[in-house]
Amino acid sequence: MAYSNELYQQVILDHNRKPRNFRKIEEPTHVCPGHNPLCGDHITVYIHTEGDVVSDVSFEGSGCAISKASASMMTESVKGKTLAEVKKMFEEFHGMLMGELDVDQDQHKLGKLSLFQGVKQYSSRVKCAALSWHALVGALDLKTEISTE
Amino acid sequence: MSTLSIEQIKESFPVLQQQVHGKDLVYMDNAATTQKPQVVLDCLNNFYCKDYATVHRGAYLLSEKATSLFEAVRGKVAQFINAQKEKEIIYVKGTTEAINLVANSWGRKNLKEGDEVLISAMEHHANIVPWQMVCEDVGAVLKVIPMDDKGELIMEEFYALLSERTKFVSVVHVSNALGTINPVKEICQAAKSVGAVSLVDGAQSTAHMKVDVQDMGCDFFAFSSHKIYGPSGAGALYGRYELLKAMPPWQGGGDMIYTVSFEKTEYADPPARFEAGTPAITEIIGMGAAIDYLSSLGMDFVAEKEDELLRYGTAALKEIEGLRLIGEASKKAGVLSFVLDKAHPHDIATIVDGEGVSIRAGHHCAQPVMTRFNIPATARASLAIYNTKKDIDALVRALRIVNDIF
Ligand SMILES: Cc1ncc(COP(=O)(O)O)c(C=O)c1O
Repeated sequence: MAYSNELYQQVILDHNRKPRNFRKIEEPTHVCPGHNPLCGDHITVYIHTEGDVVSDVSFEGSGCAISKASASMMTESVKGKTLAEVKKMFEEFHGMLMGELDVDQDQHKLGKLSLFQGVKQYSSRVKCAALSWHALVGALDLKTEISTE
Repeated sequence: MSTLSIEQIKESFPVLQQQVHGKDLVYMDNAATTQKPQVVLDCLNNFYCKDYATVHRGAYLLSEKATSLFEAVRGKVAQFINAQKEKEIIYVKGTTEAINLVANSWGRKNLKEGDEVLISAMEHHANIVPWQMVCEDVGAVLKVIPMDDKGELIMEEFYALLSERTKFVSVVHVSNALGTINPVKEICQAAKSVGAVSLVDGAQSTAHMKVDVQDMGCDFFAFSSHKIYGPSGAGALYGRYELLKAMPPWQGGGDMIYTVSFEKTEYADPPARFEAGTPAITEIIGMGAAIDYLSSLGMDFVAEKEDELLRYGTAALKEIEGLRLIGEASKKAGVLSFVLDKAHPHDIATIVDGEGVSIRAGHHCAQPVMTRFNIPATARASLAIYNTKKDIDALVRALRIVNDIF
């Protein structure tokens, strides 16, 4: 079994091929472009909130399979969640990528987002997986403990 | 001319004798940096163990030995690139520093408002940004020679851009992103005909083909030791002595002066004028060992072997479904830049790494090249003298796995 298959799992490949919520929201309450100059990935996240609930979220752009799949799965995971839940999820996701949260041992609510745990072994790819999330929390202007550099 | 086989050459590079991810390491990021042969490693170790001391200063035996080893490299570099005089060789940290030296010293002294500096569309950022900075400060204009879809400079456009306003022409010898070998002799000659001064960025050519600065007719030529099998942190700038002599220093400090008082400092002659501070002593000496190594192989042998491998690799990659080569100039050196229909360059690099193959993905510090081809990035396999056909076969196998995964 090739080493990299840990990263390129079927679910991730599927989201890369058929990204969900890959569209623009016409009247978003929040928008934020994310750009990784190192690899040229561009992802723009659109959000519509009602009260403190994310009622709709989508993205557009181009990038590698990891950044696209991560954005696609992120939109599915945060839709319908409150801002506090989104913030918590971001912190857990980020913790997983940084190797601070062990998805097999520690408590978390990442669900299938935990498929991205393999990314932590590829330091150059962590930014790919995190790109859309940074755009999301940037758009919502959620104050988190984590610096986005 | 060497009679060694490529397999024998590969054996003299210790780092290549290992496995990564359980597979034999195939290293093909040589345009970024090259691995070091045992003779270079031995030279560094010997120098540190036996002769290490400061240079140019010590009135003791050790320093005299170090100085003579250090200074001997100047002659090696001069001979290697066929400079007329040893004193035309300035030690630098690498190509980037060499170009910054010329832009800041020659450029700030000679460029005036309305003057034009000509570079090409396939420059590394190291041959763009220093000129932008100087041009902006003095009010000069930076102009760009365009290229065609094959990745060749459009020479008619070059001649159309060239005028008596052109004061400096700075072009890359071999493109790190595309592999194109540019007609630098023709470009330098044309520059001279309008009275412009020329620089050739030899970062990607020096390890792969015979360089003759006098035949090329360039005024300046720059290269980095770490791309020619030597240590990082060293490199050389060649400059025609007449030009160097008229240039002001760009960094002040020790070693670059003749006399200093608080009223006035008299600068040393080149090359010392441009070598302020304690240099990368060991690395420069290691660069000399790398030059000896390349000379022992023979640059004609190196160029021929790499060309053979490039042609083998080009044909092999073209067989891969959905692969598009970026850069198909008729004259190319060992760079295979490509994109795949189904996979992004970063995914390609990660997956082939899992198969033991180290290649680069990204813009290769040549973002304007990516913009020109309307792509965010490429995957790039770049060749060196230790790469074999088996290495290419491993890359091809790994790329088929990429296609299977996506
Ligand atoms: C064409 C070219 N020019 C300049 C440079 C800069 O060389 P260095 O980083 O050694 O200063 C490079 C290295 O990537 C290069 O490929």
